Amino acid sequence: MRPFDYHRARDLQDAQTDYVSGAAFIAGGTNLLDLMKLQVMTPERLVDISRLGLDRIEDDGDGLRIGATVTNSDLAADPRVRRRWPVLSRALLAGASGQLRNKATTGGNLLQRTRCPYFYDPDTPCNKRDPGSGCAAMGGELRNHAVLGTSAHCLALSPGDMPVALRALDAVIEIRGTDGRTRAQPMEGFHRLPGDTPERETVLDPGELITAVRLPAPRGDRQVYRKVRDRASYAFALVSVAAVLRLEGGVISHAALGFGGLGTVPWRDPEVDALLTAERPSAALFDEAATLLLRGAEPREGTAFKLPLARRVLRAVLEEATQ
Amino acid sequence: MQITLNVNGVSRALDLDTRVTLLDALRHHLRLTGSKKGCDHGQCGACTVLANGRRINACLSLAVMHDGDAITTVEGLHEADGAGLQQAVIDHDGFQCGYCTPGQLCSAIGMLDELAQGWPSHASDGLEGPFTLTQAEIAERMSGNLCRCSCYPGINAAIRDAAKTGTGATEAAE
Repeated sequence: MRPFDYHRARDLQDAQTDYVSGAAFIAGGTNLLDLMKLQVMTPERLVDISRLGLDRIEDDGDGLRIGATVTNSDLAADPRVRRRWPVLSRALLAGASGQLRNKATTGGNLLQRTRCPYFYDPDTPCNKRDPGSGCAAMGGELRNHAVLGTSAHCLALSPGDMPVALRALDAVIEIRGTDGRTRAQPMEGFHRLPGDTPERETVLDPGELITAVRLPAPRGDRQVYRKVRDRASYAFALVSVAAVLRLEGGVISHAALGFGGLGTVPWRDPEVDALLTAERPSAALFDEAATLLLRGAEPREGTAFKLPLARRVLRAVLEEATQ
Repeated sequence: MQITLNVNGVSRALDLDTRVTLLDALRHHLRLTGSKKGCDHGQCGACTVLANGRRINACLSLAVMHDGDAITTVEGLHEADGAGLQQAVIDHDGFQCGYCTPGQLCSAIGMLDELAQGWPSHASDGLEGPFTLTQAEIAERMSGNLCRCSCYPGINAAIRDAAKTGTGATEAAE
């Protein structure tokens, strides 16, 4: 690791005062420290926000307010989440290992970096790690790369399970700006498509902090998270689907689908949700939804397998959610 | 930077570079070499210790971030309800080279406590519990600990035994 200063923040104000150009906030550190060891990330200062009391889950009207440093394990085990937002518990439990979930935080999980092997290798060009240097993945060996939302500059897949569920649940992210004011950012729009600036992954500006994630009351009681991966546990998704559905009189009255393993950001397609809404469940409908989802996909050698896999997983999830 | 760690019940003052991981602080500065460095990237689990009772990867944690925390390593496990599990691992041949064993032990104690608290896992049918410690549940809950000698059957059996006889988490075992 490169040398860095370490500051333990006393409060939010202090954390943002301590933040200087080239610094990074740290809470769980499971992703950041890994990348620092490989010198993929080389912050000159770490500002520790792990002891600011942001580790509470509170009732918030008919929803929940989840502090930014609530660990993945505490969130997955929370009785309220298990009962009313089970897709979130399931997504969290499908990710990482017991040890990592005890450290990894809610805010940090939203900022998790891609596992593209070229991003991880400082000896290869990568527009995300070193803007303008090129993309070794293009023409390189591909497997767990994105097929949706890619650009000519980046094929990096958005990792993580929790954000996929949060998209389907219409979560809202609380961000404290550098002026100390808090704003609410819906999950939709929080992550940025790579375009020609793949190094900018979210709408956060330097020094801005995620303080909480707000979950509105669930709009569907039929919730499913299905993750397909290379091994049964402790692996990233090849394809994952989070479904939040409501059925009224045999008709789908609410449909919200999040997708992992496919996109450069945690994916959701409003047209797919709209196609399913006000329809009766059927194999033909589910197949049409998959076709719509994948209409803009850009499969390459090594990632083409994801298209038929996504179609099958989506169909299985929708069958389970509507049975 | 000066910090204090409470390691296996003993308060230890340390003066460390900010880059020192909790694992290196234990092994190189406190000479507690029971916790092992396998991958140093959180993938193998050989470095697993308990921090304030919860299992974590000591390699993916900065020592300075644990100032004031209570750390339990394999050296202190017998005082943290681990003796029965340690014996069960011996009885079931739950190791060959033994390199992953300290991490397996600390992880299993942490895992049994999570089970006692009623935490679900990816392998659980429902999220509400109670959860039975089946083979599938153990495999899932212990997936952060790899064994290159592939002694999983022995480790698995030892954990089932230890859970039944009340080491770690009493009530949760079948």
